[in-house]
Amino acid sequence: MSEKLDITLNINGRDYAIRVEPRKTLVDAIRDECGQTGTHIGCEHGVCGACTIILDDEAVRSCLMFAVQAVGKRIRTIEGLADGDTLHPLQRAFMEHHGLQCGFCTPGFLMLAANVLEQRPDIDDEELIDVLASNLCRCTGYQNIIKAVRAAAREMRGA
Amino acid sequence: MKPPPFQYYDPRTLADVVGLLGRLENAKLLAGGQSLMPMLNMRFVLPDHVIDLNRVDGLSYIRERDRALEIGAMTRQRDLEFSDVVRARCPLVHEAILEVGHRQTRNRGTIGGSLCHLDPAAELVSVAAALDATVTVAGPNGTREIAFADFPVAYMSPAIEPQEVLTEVRIPTWPPGHGYAFVEFSRRHGDFAIVSAAALIEADGSGKISRASVTLGGMGQGPVRARDVEQALLGQAPNEDLFREVCESCRAIEAMDDIHASAGYRQHLAAVLARRALTKAAARLQAAPSMH
Repeated sequence: MSEKLDITLNINGRDYAIRVEPRKTLVDAIRDECGQTGTHIGCEHGVCGACTIILDDEAVRSCLMFAVQAVGKRIRTIEGLADGDTLHPLQRAFMEHHGLQCGFCTPGFLMLAANVLEQRPDIDDEELIDVLASNLCRCTGYQNIIKAVRAAAREMRGA
Repeated sequence: MKPPPFQYYDPRTLADVVGLLGRLENAKLLAGGQSLMPMLNMRFVLPDHVIDLNRVDGLSYIRERDRALEIGAMTRQRDLEFSDVVRARCPLVHEAILEVGHRQTRNRGTIGGSLCHLDPAAELVSVAAALDATVTVAGPNGTREIAFADFPVAYMSPAIEPQEVLTEVRIPTWPPGHGYAFVEFSRRHGDFAIVSAAALIEADGSGKISRASVTLGGMGQGPVRARDVEQALLGQAPNEDLFREVCESCRAIEAMDDIHASAGYRQHLAAVLARRALTKAAARLQAAPSMH
């Protein structure tokens, strides 16, 4: 065991003072130390995308970073996506288009899609599918996820 | 599946990195972490010390100088993907980077990390070989340059001493109007390629090929330049029949057998992908302005 470090993580605008070993991955710290269990852990080696979060405006896999590396950065997780009781357009679209079944991959897809649509509201279909191809879903399949993200994109563009 | 324990360091200067490398045994440098973290999780590597390069100043930049791009080792793959100068001066890099992992991994992954990890099928590794890149490493005795052709010394082992750190990649640019293409075969988009091919061609005023670079990735322990193909193309007018004929020699390039593909299948892919890359490159080729 290596020495624990005192660090502060800023998640969805709130500071969490925690004590972790340097080997603690960011996703483990977000879930276990900060209690924000909406971010899921799938493969733990960067393949499935379930742990996708937004770090300083970029979607990243939180299993491929250490918690100590996120000090001083803005972390956004699924808990911060809705505006109070009002769901984000992506969350509503996933419900309306059956973009989830068991829901395990959903937080990762939502944070990935949110990041992409915030940066590129006019993203074309081919590129959107290319981006979404990075995350794995093992029950619903991808058609409804793609439909949901397309619908949310239209809504977010105000079309 | 959690990383093993280690001591963590996050130096702010290159001098501090070199100092740490000089005094720590069994240390590992952490760049983007997109390969090292899975390897730690699977306990393929068990370092006593991890030196994080992410807060080191001055290792992330892309600049053009003396007909070359100089790229800082910690430049993110995403920065390469969206760089105007990379797209204009090294379009091969732009085309290849789109095959590197996915958006989330490119947001973290770095060019230096990818080259040092040296996966034989990694896109950036092949591109560095295709473009005759040079890397700069810093160590206790100052800096030195290594031609990329001499960089892979064994499977996933770069020619860097344990006390050294890669700081810059220098990529000579080809003149405007050159033809380029990067193609690969992988089981799923975003995976490492089973075999990849990178092609660059330049034409003289009469439209004949005056310079060619053809590189195959995924064949063996490092990228392979198809020198026979490059030679056979010189002085020829680019066309599909020529490419088909000269690329047959790729079937003789030594290849590895593994769970993903047999050596024979890799050799077949090499011939097919080299031809496709050349065909695509030729379609993009603009003849140099005639001297007459």
